[in-house]
Amino acid sequence: MNHLCEEQLVLFYYGESAEASGIEGHLAGCEQCRADFRALQLVLNTVDSAPVPERGAGYGEAVWQRLSQQLGTRKRRRAFSWWIWAPATVVLVLAGFFAGRLSHRAETTQTAANNQQVRERILLVAVGDHLERSQMVLAELSNAPEKKGKLDISDERQMAEELLDDNRLYRQTARTTGDTGVANVLDDLERVLIEIAHSPSEVSSDQLSELQQQIESRGLLFKVRVLGSRVRDEESTPLGEKDKSKKKM
Amino acid sequence: MDAEAGGAVERAQSGDSDAFRLLVDQHSRAIFRLAFRMTGNEQDAEDVVQETFLRAYRQLSRYEARSSFSTWLYRIASNYALDLIRARRRHEEKRERGNSEDRDVLQSIPATSPGPDRIFYGGQVKDRVNAALDELSAQERTAFVLRHFEGLSIDEIGQALGTGTNATKHSIFRAVQKLRRSLEPLVGTAK
Repeated sequence: MNHLCEEQLVLFYYGESAEASGIEGHLAGCEQCRADFRALQLVLNTVDSAPVPERGAGYGEAVWQRLSQQLGTRKRRRAFSWWIWAPATVVLVLAGFFAGRLSHRAETTQTAANNQQVRERILLVAVGDHLERSQMVLAELSNAPEKKGKLDISDERQMAEELLDDNRLYRQTARTTGDTGVANVLDDLERVLIEIAHSPSEVSSDQLSELQQQIESRGLLFKVRVLGSRVRDEESTPLGEKDKSKKKM
Repeated sequence: MDAEAGGAVERAQSGDSDAFRLLVDQHSRAIFRLAFRMTGNEQDAEDVVQETFLRAYRQLSRYEARSSFSTWLYRIASNYALDLIRARRRHEEKRERGNSEDRDVLQSIPATSPGPDRIFYGGQVKDRVNAALDELSAQERTAFVLRHFEGLSIDEIGQALGTGTNATKHSIFRAVQKLRRSLEPLVGTAK
């Protein structure tokens, strides 16, 4: 009598066997195959014991909150193009700068300091969003599968095009305010964004790995993540607790 | 109420963000469980959840009701997780090669993940199961998780991963074989 092979038993275990009744009959009469099936059941039941961390009832809401920040940013971007954003941001930066100088001359009052912090906070939120969206583009390309044939990167390309204008503005602002570290990261980011924006909508695996290499060789994803979390940390610090001598951006 | 049955997908497709919020609420825990089983760590699983819904939102117009919405989400999540696992392994291999000169120094530093000796002496079933799952290739792990934990049929898995039915079957067979090899000594059965 032919015994059942492991593949037949696996399909039977998962209810995907086309010969289920035959296998059942065989198992009823064959001690050796029954033992083998029991061993398989035991192992697969043991796999079920691997615990998964629980997420509570509020998890969906938490995911949505994080998600809506990213989605909201996109909607805002569509509504206001760069030539509305750019002057507004420059005005904010200059306003912050002059407010700082004036308040310094007049022996800084608490109100003036708070106003400046509010302006900086608005700028931080904008930069934080920008870095988050940049990170998404870089991560998608870095993790893109290696495939034969072409890969459609039109979404990433379009996002890179949109991000470029903001990036230039933030980089110039960071240079002007002497924040060299931030400016350098934005500089590196800009070079890669330009490459992505100028790539064809569909890239070959060679072109893709060239892009991935550019991202990797500069350690860009890591730098953007670190800078993004620094910005988010500053964002979440209550205004009143901010050290007046804190680093810019 | 079942968001899908309540027409949330159609409303989300027509731009209703509250409807999409309902879908996120309904499916996020299941996607997290899938992602955790595939990646084996919480941080990556959270990334997969976030990225899955982001991609789903961006590709909502491409969703056709030929498969259920949850199967469609599983497809996005498992493909992204698969890429993530592969990228991570590539990165680790590269780092491993780059660090080969420093290996002697590194070997003197205790590992953060349990090594075989710790697993053996600790005797913890869950560690052994996790270690056994880590030994599977990305493709085998994905196919196995979708079949074993999520209950997708082999055909559905093949469609989700873009592999044929036969290739999917073989990924699952290889996964089960490896798991038996790793876990049978633990559960006390001998083949």
